Amino acid sequence: MTSLPACTDKKLGLSIDLDICVGCQACVTSCKEWNTGGYSAPLSDHDPYGADPSGAWLNRVHSFEVSEPGWARTLHFPRSCLHCESPECVTVCPTGASYKRTEDGIVLVNPDTCIGCKLCSWACPYGAREYDHDDGVMKKCTLCVDRIYNDTLPEEDRVPACVRACPTGARAFGDFADPDSAVSRAAEERGGFDLLKEFGIGPVNTYLPPRRGPAAQANPHQPGHPATSPNGARVAPLPASLAKPGGTLEKLFAWADRALTR
Amino acid sequence: MNPAYSVIFFTTASGAGYGLLVWLCLAEVAGLLPDHRWLPFGTLALALALATAGLLSSTFHLGHPERAWRALSQWRSSWLSREGVAALATYVPAGLLGLIWLFGLSSPLVPVLCLLSVAGAVATVWCTGMIYGSLRTIHQWNQPLVPVIYLALAAASGAVLLALILSVWGLVWPALLALVALGAALALKLAYFARIDGSSAGYTVQMALGLSPDARVRVLDPPHSRPNFVMREMGYQVGRRHATRLRRIALGALFGAPLVLIVVSLFGFAPALLTLAVLSLALGLIVERWLFFAEARHVSMLYYGQSEA
Amino acid sequence: MPSQPKVAMDIPAGDTMRQTTCYICACRCGINVHLKDGKVKYIEGNRNHPVNKGVLCGKGSAGIMQHYSPARLRAPMKRVGPRGSGQFEEISWDEALELATDWLGSVRKKDPRKLAFFTGRDQSQSLTGFWAMQYGTPNFAAHGGFCSVNMAAGGLYTFGGAFWEFGDPDWDLTKYFVLFGVAEDHASNPIKIGIGKLKARGAKIVSVNPVRTGYNAVADEWVGIRPGTDGLFVGALIHELFRTEQIDLDYLVRYTNAPWLVIDAPGTARDGLFARDASGNPLAWDTAKGGLVNGKAAGITPALTGRRDLPDGSTARPVFELMAERYMGGDYTPEAVEDRTGVPADQIRRIAAELAHVAFQEEIVLDRPWTDWAGRRHDKMIGRPVSMHAMRGISAHSNGFQTCRMIHLLQILLGSIDSPGGFRYKPPYPKQTPPNLLPHGASGDIKPEMPLGGPHLGFPHGPEHLLLDDAGQPSRLDKGFSWDAPMSAHGLMHMVINNAATRDPYGIDVLFMYMANMAWNSSMNVPGTLDALTAKDDAGNYKIPKIIYSDAYYSETVPFADLILPDTTYLERWDCISLLDRPISEPELVADAIRQPVVTPDRNVRGFQEVLIDLGARLKLPKFVNEDGSPKYPGGYPDYIVNHERKPGIGPLAGFRGADGEDSCVGAPNPDQLDKYIENGAFFGLHMAPEHAYFRHANRGYLDWGIEKGIRMSAEPTIFQLYSEPLQKFRLAAQGHGDRQPPERARDRIRAHFDPLPFWYPPLEEQAVSGYPLHAITQRPMHMYHSWGSQNAWLRQITAANRLYIHDSVGAQIGVVDDDWVWLRSHLGRVKCQVRLMEGVNPLTVWTWNAIGKRKGAWGLDDDAPESNQGFLLNHLISELLPAGGGGYRYSNSDPITGQAAWFDLRVAIEKADGAGETEPRFEPLGHASQPPSPRKLAFGRSFRKART
Ligand SMILES: Nc1nc2c(c(=O)[nH]1)N[C@H]1C(S)=C(S)[C@@H](COP(=O)(O)OP(=O)(O)OC[C@H]3O[C@@H](n4cnc5c(=O)[nH]c(N)nc54)[C@H](O)[C@@H]3O)O[C@H]1N2
Ligand SMILES: Nc1nc2c(c(=O)[nH]1)N[C@H]1C(S)=C(S)[C@@H](COP(=O)(O)OP(=O)(O)OC[C@H]3O[C@@H](n4cnc5c(=O)[nH]c(N)nc54)[C@H](O)[C@@H]3O)O[C@H]1N2
Ligand code: SF4
Ligand code: SF4
Ligand code: SF4
Ligand code: SF4
Ligand code: SF4
Ligand SMILES: [Mo]
Repeated sequence: MTSLPACTDKKLGLSIDLDICVGCQACVTSCKEWNTGGYSAPLSDHDPYGADPSGAWLNRVHSFEVSEPGWARTLHFPRSCLHCESPECVTVCPTGASYKRTEDGIVLVNPDTCIGCKLCSWACPYGAREYDHDDGVMKKCTLCVDRIYNDTLPEEDRVPACVRACPTGARAFGDFADPDSAVSRAAEERGGFDLLKEFGIGPVNTYLPPRRGPAAQANPHQPGHPATSPNGARVAPLPASLAKPGGTLEKLFAWADRALTR
Repeated sequence: MNPAYSVIFFTTASGAGYGLLVWLCLAEVAGLLPDHRWLPFGTLALALALATAGLLSSTFHLGHPERAWRALSQWRSSWLSREGVAALATYVPAGLLGLIWLFGLSSPLVPVLCLLSVAGAVATVWCTGMIYGSLRTIHQWNQPLVPVIYLALAAASGAVLLALILSVWGLVWPALLALVALGAALALKLAYFARIDGSSAGYTVQMALGLSPDARVRVLDPPHSRPNFVMREMGYQVGRRHATRLRRIALGALFGAPLVLIVVSLFGFAPALLTLAVLSLALGLIVERWLFFAEARHVSMLYYGQSEA
Repeated sequence: MPSQPKVAMDIPAGDTMRQTTCYICACRCGINVHLKDGKVKYIEGNRNHPVNKGVLCGKGSAGIMQHYSPARLRAPMKRVGPRGSGQFEEISWDEALELATDWLGSVRKKDPRKLAFFTGRDQSQSLTGFWAMQYGTPNFAAHGGFCSVNMAAGGLYTFGGAFWEFGDPDWDLTKYFVLFGVAEDHASNPIKIGIGKLKARGAKIVSVNPVRTGYNAVADEWVGIRPGTDGLFVGALIHELFRTEQIDLDYLVRYTNAPWLVIDAPGTARDGLFARDASGNPLAWDTAKGGLVNGKAAGITPALTGRRDLPDGSTARPVFELMAERYMGGDYTPEAVEDRTGVPADQIRRIAAELAHVAFQEEIVLDRPWTDWAGRRHDKMIGRPVSMHAMRGISAHSNGFQTCRMIHLLQILLGSIDSPGGFRYKPPYPKQTPPNLLPHGASGDIKPEMPLGGPHLGFPHGPEHLLLDDAGQPSRLDKGFSWDAPMSAHGLMHMVINNAATRDPYGIDVLFMYMANMAWNSSMNVPGTLDALTAKDDAGNYKIPKIIYSDAYYSETVPFADLILPDTTYLERWDCISLLDRPISEPELVADAIRQPVVTPDRNVRGFQEVLIDLGARLKLPKFVNEDGSPKYPGGYPDYIVNHERKPGIGPLAGFRGADGEDSCVGAPNPDQLDKYIENGAFFGLHMAPEHAYFRHANRGYLDWGIEKGIRMSAEPTIFQLYSEPLQKFRLAAQGHGDRQPPERARDRIRAHFDPLPFWYPPLEEQAVSGYPLHAITQRPMHMYHSWGSQNAWLRQITAANRLYIHDSVGAQIGVVDDDWVWLRSHLGRVKCQVRLMEGVNPLTVWTWNAIGKRKGAWGLDDDAPESNQGFLLNHLISELLPAGGGGYRYSNSDPITGQAAWFDLRVAIEKADGAGETEPRFEPLGHASQPPSPRKLAFGRSFRKART
């Protein structure tokens, strides 16, 4: 099992739009909620009301501040398993509990055979595996395998819990092996990219980059304050087409009268 | 990386056990062992005891020790599985040797079993090294030197143990062997430190987030305000200053003190001095192994504030 | 290759699914609650629901942990130790209700004023307000006064609608969206869905916010404004529109009072009022006729400029001209405001140009014929696809009312209110401007054992509507609708405890509160509030003699109450989200909703509304008993929801009325109404005709339909009040006119702030203190609801302690790096907290997440929880009173017009603190012996585990 399928029939995965994600954590808690009662049940929590609460989560959202010359923003960054094409988390697994499904490429852990050696979590470059101390096994994003094929759910609900919940629509689910799928097309149009592509593990999940529009976000300028933003306040100039000549009160009144008596 | 004590104990103890096994068997084949009814058996027992204690302790680190047997199944791809298979396989020739020696039999099979045991032990330690050496996620581990050092340290610790045992018989060659093995391991370890210092696999936070290489990045908020599994397991790091101090301790205890003690032991008080050498070596090994983890930086930490890995 | 394990793919979400309405925040999304063996297993959004359309937020998705919180109260309790000790004795419901009836009954007999009933995060205000009215106390309000009354009042006085949750940007059509001062807001999921839509269409999003996180992080352009200066920024945008002559004049003439003539007679009692004809109609100058005409009449061609002579010899000028003068003047040029706002003049000019460009060059034309209020047929709807939304970043400042009005002015000048692509009303809005709803509770209206003459909260049109006693003193405990806060349309809940303890304006006997954590995060000056709650008089009695409180959880406030009425969780009760209060309507949908119990309480708790109706009957409040004195709603809250009628045919729920359930909005009670709601997914929605969907302030079809449906009181159009005459009436009183005048100390204050045209003034705290160079503000975390979230085992893993976020330059200046500790000082006190540096914040601003800090002993958390050791509140620094001005009187730290709590006016100084440590101040741990211990670990869902392979 640990051996990888030569190729998978489908490449199911998520597309995550970093331009839209507002960091609301809906995907995080809806994932926890579905999965703590689903395939991965339970996702345990330790010290839940104490000094050091922590638990098993299959999806997390980071926030960064990023800036490139002339462009800066706060980036909310959801991250779960990317269902890689050549997942080393699978090949290192000594028991075969980790496997990549031939039919759709989903990478799963069999909780009944995992010995909890954690080696797979060391092999994953994205920190996408989660050890459940209480259960003694490794857990990870299942791509909600128990939803997407589940015909006890209405058809429209056969999508991952995080996609179902995401209020902004920043998350989408689909088959990246199908060039015509919505996720493939979005990746194509928006310049979807692989996280840490250089690592070469072939993540299937694809991220859509934040847009860098012409009126890039300006950093605040606050006169009288020692702060001058390191990457400089950049305010796009007024496009000539929008510029209008200035007026005086008299001119304005004349215009108002003219305009109304047209 | 979080240095789990069971793993530290496992790798150091089983390494020493397999090292001792190797030297014992080679000495037997070469006919260098003094003729004593219990020497081969006793030494073998010690070697296997160390190896077994290590293996057992490694299962403490598992979430489901009762399923440990499953770990033997994936030898085609998993170094951890291979390690398990090799470790178990080594018990066959080594066990037979043990029986032969226990009952004081003599058998033409002994050299063959010895060589098989050597091969098993070397394979096991190599696999252990490769568990780490094959992880591309951790630059400090993903080095060709890593399995070699695992072997060298196993050999050195086995040799020092053997030197201690054989010092009872006043033999000197094992001490010389230990000196050579320690020297070699020291050279490798120094080369290793030189190799990892200041080098990285070249992965950057910009790559991790899909930004241009000149983008500036900082963490505004981590996903959870208290450490989570990934941060605890992968985010453990020892500070640079501590690391330097610990390296000195490791090198001193693991190589410096034993080398001096062994040299001095050539002139007398060998058993006592070599006992000290073994103790120092054990301490050094533990610190070395702890550092091996604590200095390792996992690429996933790019998402948690590290800029390079 | 060996075969893969088979994964079970046929396990249903649960064995039962029930639909109800989420209550983890005020957004009120529809949820499907999946149960398994009677336990909540999974909560998802209801796809058919008008609010969330199937999605769910981070809090709603963690509802399981909210419902199974260990901090839930378990039974009614009577205090046995001193206040704050947390020593309680469990009592029966009978005993609790008898005690409450006894306390409340004797107050009602003597002086109903002596009950203050304040209901916090109430979603059943139509019931609680009604109850208070029947009881007869003037002292009722919910949280609006400390929340965002500036937005409600600013909008309702201007265009009969408001931001907050009274309207929405036209998410489907807008092309340019400006978001002012919003981190999350009540319309939590709708805003997120909307942002997703804008992004999908490539519409531009501009965020005006000192902090660049959340929605503001995904904006195309961030305006990192200095807090409290939006009025200058918006004023400069308006300046630019005037300067470049890009204003929708037709829209102004058709829908606003821009042409109305304002009397220019300084020193007289008529100065600044509208010139009116004999029947009271405002006058305008008709250019075609060359004379004065009724400004409200259809078919006139009014002048927007020019001084005109009035019959009485005085002169008058149109509102438009006054506006032009104000905003064209030097105060609002981009150059004049750039330093103060921190927004470069170039950027202001460009944004103004973009707004005008989108509004006028990219107009939207819908082929949708409609008829205007005067019966004129239009074959198209012309839209100005510029939309705006604003909330507490504007309202939580003491200049928020005027700033909010100014934003509405900007929208109106662009012609975008309720036009396609603009900002849209949600029914029952628009109302009249100002709404024809007056406050009740003047002292003459308060009599023992008598109901109040009408609802408590309303919109004064002038001094004559203030609630005063004969001596001109406030008749309300919170001084609402007094000269301190004349237009305090939602009351001033933040002043209640302090005023009661200082007996200013008077003392009370019973403080009855529901769902407000007043001993902590919803109060200003927490240490002072705790003192007020425990203060004793010379005889050793508490100055606030009795406190009754209904909470569902062991919050910081519970230990201070004498009698606890434990509420259920949101999944255990009936509720009704009514059109009489704050409905869930969407722009084209009249909608309301219910909650139904989806699980049965496993504790001795009762829904508060249930209890209130019971108390009403026990107290024999008129509308809660029959003639014979028997309870009018023996079936409790569901009985009330179905059978109560506010007016004939109008009840709490609008859907499925009439005997056969076919009537909407107006109709006889239907005994099966709740079943119908449940069948329909726990909500009701009535679509309006497409031709009624825009320009509703002046859409004949809509106005008539609204009247028919009981959601509109007047068939007259709503005329936008660019110039607000009620404000001028207050100002005239302050100038010494009329028979109701403010006390001497208040005259200047009212003269200065009650400007009928929006203007900017520096926030009051800034005017009163010096030596505090930085602004300190809070933001709502999207995944936490005020104090409720920290008891949630999942949510608190995301944020268990808050940091103070400061700009890099501030960090450099005081020499701190991430995680260092600092002291933050205000004129009230100081707080020790840990910093995090960032660049996406206005350099003069520091901020933190709201309400993460907790007091030890509350919420089922351990004493060593980060929430109480590293987490902190800014509330300890925010004074509820402004420093004393001339004459020594201390006004509330609120907007002088509406009484809106000015949380974000806070000014601070920052310095590095020594060493590591813990936050300060820390308070004595609250006792919590009545609560069960919290579990050490959770494995929720273990019982649901099935063979997976
Ligand atoms: N510094 C600062 N302070 C602020 C603000 C700010 O921005 N900055 N914002 C202000 C604003 S706008 C608001 S609205 C207030 C909000 O502050 P509060 O009104 O105090 O709101 P919460 O803390 O959400 O909760 C109030 C109480 O309701 C209880 N509760 C929860 N669920 C139920 C239930 O089902 N039934 C009953 N009976 N009780 C329940 C909770 O346990 C809690 O004790 O905070 C204000 N305070
Ligand atoms: N998740 C969640 N949702 C909630 C709540 C919650 O506690 N949690 N609370 C609910 C309640 S009671 C309310 S009132 C609403 C409030 O919802 P919001 O209006 O979003 O309230 P805040 O989070 O206080 O956000 C105020 C925003 O204004 C910015 N700001 C501060 N001062 C200024 C200023 O002078 N100018 C400008 N332009 N911006 C400024 C702050 O940086 C912040 O982003 O949210 C409701 N929804
Ligand atoms: S993201 Fe990590 S856990 Fe997921 S498939 Fe890739 S390597 Fe494995
Ligand atoms: S923890 Fe489980 S899944 Fe991961 S490598 Fe070990 S056995 Fe395989
Ligand atoms: S696909 Fe399912 S398991 Fe994966 S992150 Fe989304 S909700 Fe969690
Ligand atoms: S639910 Fe959507 S918007 Fe919210 S954090 Fe997740 S991906 Fe981002
Ligand atoms: S926004 Fe979230 S918490 Fe608020 S009602 Fe909707 S689902 Fe519940
Ligand atoms: Mo609020």
